[in-house]
Amino acid sequence: MPLRHITQVSGKAVPVPGADMDTDRIIPSRFLKCITFDELAGKMFWDERFDQSGRPAGHPIDSPSHAGAALIFGGENFGCGSSREHAPQAIRRSGIQGIVAESFAEIFFGNSTGIGLPCAAASHEDLAAAMKLTEEHPELIWTLDLERMQLRSALAAFPISMPEEPREALIRGRWDAIADLMNTAEAVEALSARQPMPRAR
Amino acid sequence: MGKTLYEKIWDAHTVGMLPDGRTQLFIATHYLHEVTSPQAFGMLRDLGLSVLHPERTFATVDHIIPTDDQSEPFADPRAAAMLQALRRNCAAHGIRMFDLPSGMQGIVHMVGPELGITQPGMTIVCGDSHTATHGAMGSVAMGIGTTQVRDVLATQTLAQTPLKVRSVRVEGRLKPGVTAKDAALFIIRRLGVKGGLGYAYEFGGSAVEAMSMDERMTLCNLAIEGAARCGYINPDETTFRYLQGRLFAPTGAAWNEAVVRWKSFASDADAHYDDQVAFQADEIEPTVTWGITPAQSVPIDGVVPDPADAPDEETRKGMLEALAYMKFTPGVPIKGMPVQVCFIGSCTNGRISDFRKVARLIRGRRVAAGVKALAVPGSQMTARQCEDEGIAEIFLEAGFEWRRAGCSMCLAMNPDRLVGDQLCASSSNRNFKGRQGSPSGRTLLMSPEAVAATALTGRVADPREVFHMN
Repeated sequence: MPLRHITQVSGKAVPVPGADMDTDRIIPSRFLKCITFDELAGKMFWDERFDQSGRPAGHPIDSPSHAGAALIFGGENFGCGSSREHAPQAIRRSGIQGIVAESFAEIFFGNSTGIGLPCAAASHEDLAAAMKLTEEHPELIWTLDLERMQLRSALAAFPISMPEEPREALIRGRWDAIADLMNTAEAVEALSARQPMPRAR
Repeated sequence: MGKTLYEKIWDAHTVGMLPDGRTQLFIATHYLHEVTSPQAFGMLRDLGLSVLHPERTFATVDHIIPTDDQSEPFADPRAAAMLQALRRNCAAHGIRMFDLPSGMQGIVHMVGPELGITQPGMTIVCGDSHTATHGAMGSVAMGIGTTQVRDVLATQTLAQTPLKVRSVRVEGRLKPGVTAKDAALFIIRRLGVKGGLGYAYEFGGSAVEAMSMDERMTLCNLAIEGAARCGYINPDETTFRYLQGRLFAPTGAAWNEAVVRWKSFASDADAHYDDQVAFQADEIEPTVTWGITPAQSVPIDGVVPDPADAPDEETRKGMLEALAYMKFTPGVPIKGMPVQVCFIGSCTNGRISDFRKVARLIRGRRVAAGVKALAVPGSQMTARQCEDEGIAEIFLEAGFEWRRAGCSMCLAMNPDRLVGDQLCASSSNRNFKGRQGSPSGRTLLMSPEAVAATALTGRVADPREVFHMN
């Protein structure tokens, strides 16, 4: 199963500011009552975007000028909290193809990489500048470039960072690890034979 | 140079290096529940794959289960469909499921240890961030996403990069009325809600060594709330005593061999740590959260903090957001705040020792008028023990609702949820916005003892005062 080589993502961006944007806010748990991920499309950040009577709360995601955004700009510790892959799935199925934030919670980062949703880090100052630019010029096209490790637009360019292994996995089209993991059946069985297995009395 | 437990377990389970530089890590034990597994089985079907080691995989149902009326079909058809999907998937792949009629159902992080499936020296994963709980047994246990659940089902391995290891020591003795929960909330406040990014936490020091297994599980359970993907405690006699005689624990000669092997995984005295921090146990007070992250907490005698005192702009913004959501005013004492709901349960504090301790305290007393108080044992085994020991009756006589095993009001996936902007004293693990089921519901995390004191008085209370502890 050949995978896409994810070298760059381009499009409009939408700011989702604030530190510690937890997975309950990305996708409230009542939306987790599903047995496929298909129903998550359009549900990202639901309770941030709508009040309890369902009226839009004026979140940038719902502003017509940010419609069709391909990138999210976020704050520190983005995706903290639960391990629910529903969070990056909801984001990706809502049309987002990449996230640039100050830092990412580990499980969220791994889940995102595994579904081909690159998460790159940028400095607090650079993200503040990028958010300001995209608020002032919502039509501005940004490129998240994993080869040059850069976030750029016609108006500015900022360095980004990502650990080397996930970056390689994305660029080389190995982000879904299943094919590589299935290649080593003999070694896995040899190791399994050495590892005790709990058995009921 | 010696090795840490983390490094020893990592090395023992390494299959090899993957082409992208990540390690292929063998997973000894895999736990499943109904929320994060159905899509993984769907992916297996799409790829035409099967489950490689069903005998290393164990399932139960916890998140969506109603805790009052469990007769089927459930009132919520979506919950019913998720339970049916888990049953179907487990049956199709030969996976042992601890289902409702088994007498062994419960929160996955309670069932594994209670049955003795979780053992020292293992790599353990589950599609749930509180998998860190199992680290209390001296294992490397982490939460994973659903695509990774698929990877483990199909290959019994994961693509991983190693974490750094931070030694977190608590030295001395916890003061009377101060619990493992308070220690965990204290550590998270000191190290920050993202302080553990990139780390596994090795908890140690005389205060941790003195903890029971239940207390150790509370501590490790909360590692993730400080961003550490896994937390663990070196296995010792307390660990072995806990395991001996449990359904899945080895017996006879195999037991003795297992203990020797388990001991060998403990961190060496000269192990290298990427970072080390130490706290004094007597610095820790009963602790209550006031905000919307588990790091936003104060000692029970404290006041809601003032954003003007924040060390930096980002922290100040976070505090302002929390105050607006919680509808709190800086300077107001946390003690004495009226609550509407009290919840004792969850994978953090829904264990037998939690209910035993609280039962001793509330015997013969009554929950304050107007307070809804829920006691939810985390597993059927714990529920049975409580019922056999007369604990359930004490809770009922005190005015608590005594429920059946499940995640209950820790998260909003079953009928137990807050309404409107209710304020809830909760023994659970997350105080995120909307976490307990109402988009404006408010959570105060604290120990079960503090929840009990709060339930009896109707206001946030210091268990040391209400129960005359000293």
